[in-house]
Amino acid sequence: MSQDDDKAPIVRIEALNKHFGSLHVLKDIDLQVAPGEVVVVIGASGSGKSTLIRCVNGLEEFQRGQIEVDGNLLKPNGKSGGALQAIRTEVGMVFQQFNLFPHLSVIDNVMLAPMRVRNVSRQQAEDTATRLLERVGISDQARKFPSQLSGGQQQRVALARALAMEPRLMLFDEPTSALDPEMIGEVLDAMRELAREGMTMMIVTHEMSFAREVADRVIYIHKGEITEEGTPEQVFDNPRNERTQSFLARVLTH
Amino acid sequence: MDSTFQFDWQAAFDSIPYLLKGIPYTLLISGVGLAIGFVIGIIFGLLRISPMAWLRWIAIIYIEVFRGTPVLVQVLFIFYGLPQILGGPIDAVTAGIAAIAVNSGAYISEIVRGGVQSIERGQREAGLSLGLTRIDTFRFVIWPQAFRRMIPALGNQGIISIKDTSLFAVIGVGELVRQGQIYIATTFNALEVYLMVAVLYLAITLSLSVGLRLLERKGLVGQ
Ligand SMILES: Nc1ncnc2c1ncn2[C@@H]1O[C@H](COP(=O)(O)OP(=O)(O)O)[C@@H](O)[C@H]1O
Ligand SMILES: [Mg+2]
Repeated sequence: MSQDDDKAPIVRIEALNKHFGSLHVLKDIDLQVAPGEVVVVIGASGSGKSTLIRCVNGLEEFQRGQIEVDGNLLKPNGKSGGALQAIRTEVGMVFQQFNLFPHLSVIDNVMLAPMRVRNVSRQQAEDTATRLLERVGISDQARKFPSQLSGGQQQRVALARALAMEPRLMLFDEPTSALDPEMIGEVLDAMRELAREGMTMMIVTHEMSFAREVADRVIYIHKGEITEEGTPEQVFDNPRNERTQSFLARVLTH
Repeated sequence: MDSTFQFDWQAAFDSIPYLLKGIPYTLLISGVGLAIGFVIGIIFGLLRISPMAWLRWIAIIYIEVFRGTPVLVQVLFIFYGLPQILGGPIDAVTAGIAAIAVNSGAYISEIVRGGVQSIERGQREAGLSLGLTRIDTFRFVIWPQAFRRMIPALGNQGIISIKDTSLFAVIGVGELVRQGQIYIATTFNALEVYLMVAVLYLAITLSLSVGLRLLERKGLVGQ
């Protein structure tokens, strides 16, 4: 019984369709993510990767289908009621542009949501934040402001901020694409550790060797459709779809 | 005409104690008027960017009406016109405060709108994705940043409204200009007295500018 519960998918996307005006961005997406699974989403720019993971925490509305996250159901056209809030509380997100709060110190960035949303005491929030900042290797910068940090440090703070809510699922939208090359490694290291600890993750990235290493499953999206799906070995070494082959040929030679 | 005009320094200095009596009115009307205007500005500035069209229209109409008509006409309307509807007189100072409030409120609405809209979309998304409610996201994420960006424009509006209170001499408020007029009526030193009136306005507005400049240097403004 409890074993069945453990295996029940934490994310269940069914027949998801999303339009931006006349543009059909996501077409009949079916996707399930099991607890502890790391799913990496790859695909060309504009294929709908960001839109897909933004639908999961309701940053984008969709027109048809449904998304269930940890038992909360998102319905089309924003008619999800309290489920939206529940999902956002349980799902963390790391953005390409970090989106740290520039008017708050690093530690206040991490403390804000636990205090407001989970009603955690200031002391407890500070303890958690300190521990998380230590874990991502920036405890010595806690009193600084985001603008005083490097891009890599900022993104690690953003990760700590999301983790402070003790999410059941983490979404990453190209977390290293805005970083200088020498800072990509430190962010990927932090994500790698998170994956090792068993966090459920959906990651959009162009870091193919990282994807190969951490992914349990790789999903290739082409023009809003999942056209290839499998283990990293299957997708990277033996892609069945021609489009996947040419996409990989393009990105892997870079 | 006397072509060998002499500036009468003595008269200028003598007028100062008298003119200073007007300053509390100038500060009271502009201070209270702007405070109310700020509240109005927040409300209508946010209505102006509401997702609901009819709320936006209410804000647009308010803003256009009070931005598009002179403060002088507004205060005359309030002081002479409104009593006909209300059935009782309105005190001149109250009328002045009301005029500054509704007029600055219209401009501040636009300042608030611009400030809030200037905050990157990602800030709101980060707040929401952490589970903050829309209201908390506004209160703790958007507003503090927007407010800092608004301060220079708010200071500008403060200076404009302080100067606008000079118009209320026409309804008999004993503010700076009115005090000057009364003084001139007995001494006839128009040049000296109006120069002193101007200097006192400048002292008030410069204090405001300098105060804001200091805030800005401390990094509390902008970003
Ligand atoms: N807010 C929006 N309004 C209109 N079109 C959008 C919007 N966001 C994304 N799109 C379009 O949707 C498509 C998919 O975008 P996106 O999900 O960002 O792609 P990816 O992340 O794979 O690069 C693109 O064609 C993009 O131009
Ligand atoms: Mg994208």
